[in-house]
Amino acid sequence: MNKAQANSDWIEILARPLDVGRVSDMVADPAAGGIAVFIGTTRAETSSDGRELVALDYEAYEEMAVQQLHDLARRARAKWPVVRTVIVHRIGRVPLSEASVAIAVSAPHRGDAFEACRWLIDTLKAEAAIWKKEIWADGTSTWSGHDRRT
Amino acid sequence: MKQIEVKFFAVLRDVAGVPALRLEMPDTATVGDAAGILAERFAGLGRYLPRVGYAVNRSYVKADCVLQDGDELALIPPVSGGNL
Repeated sequence: MNKAQANSDWIEILARPLDVGRVSDMVADPAAGGIAVFIGTTRAETSSDGRELVALDYEAYEEMAVQQLHDLARRARAKWPVVRTVIVHRIGRVPLSEASVAIAVSAPHRGDAFEACRWLIDTLKAEAAIWKKEIWADGTSTWSGHDRRT
Repeated sequence: MKQIEVKFFAVLRDVAGVPALRLEMPDTATVGDAAGILAERFAGLGRYLPRVGYAVNRSYVKADCVLQDGDELALIPPVSGGNL
């Protein structure tokens, strides 16, 4: 990996709303013929006992998660001819409809951009040291992955 | 003896009641040994351990990893996941 490639990954973990409109601009490049963007948002849910979800609280082991996201961008570049990558993740309370994560990938051709973007979000979700807590309208909360409803 | 820093996240921080603590251990102690000590100290932690991952100095390791003086050990509960 040369220096120019190292500088073409942008990774951030932020405790404020994400500027999702900006991520596609950040990966635009004359070498790219396609940009794929994924935005993950908080979806309304009803628990099995009738509680309504109002928000998700995200928590990160920030020092580790930032390293992991940089590593994901490097691994994507080893699999596909990625030009630029942006991964931004919000922590703290994320209300319904708002974005918790945004990923943008540019590549010479669209197929690689789509595949790299899909792999990045799937692998981030499986590996990154980031947790979410479900906040319910009645004031209760549950850590996702525990007491999980089916 | 060596001293390590332990960090708890998410559900494990709630169970432990603290975000971090220092632990004195014998020189030969492993990550698994540290987890055993913590499970004795915090009631309710043990039932989570089968699904917990371990990171030393911000990289994933296995339970047989021998800890060094000054290491930062993080207990990593299942991450946020999500359905495809």
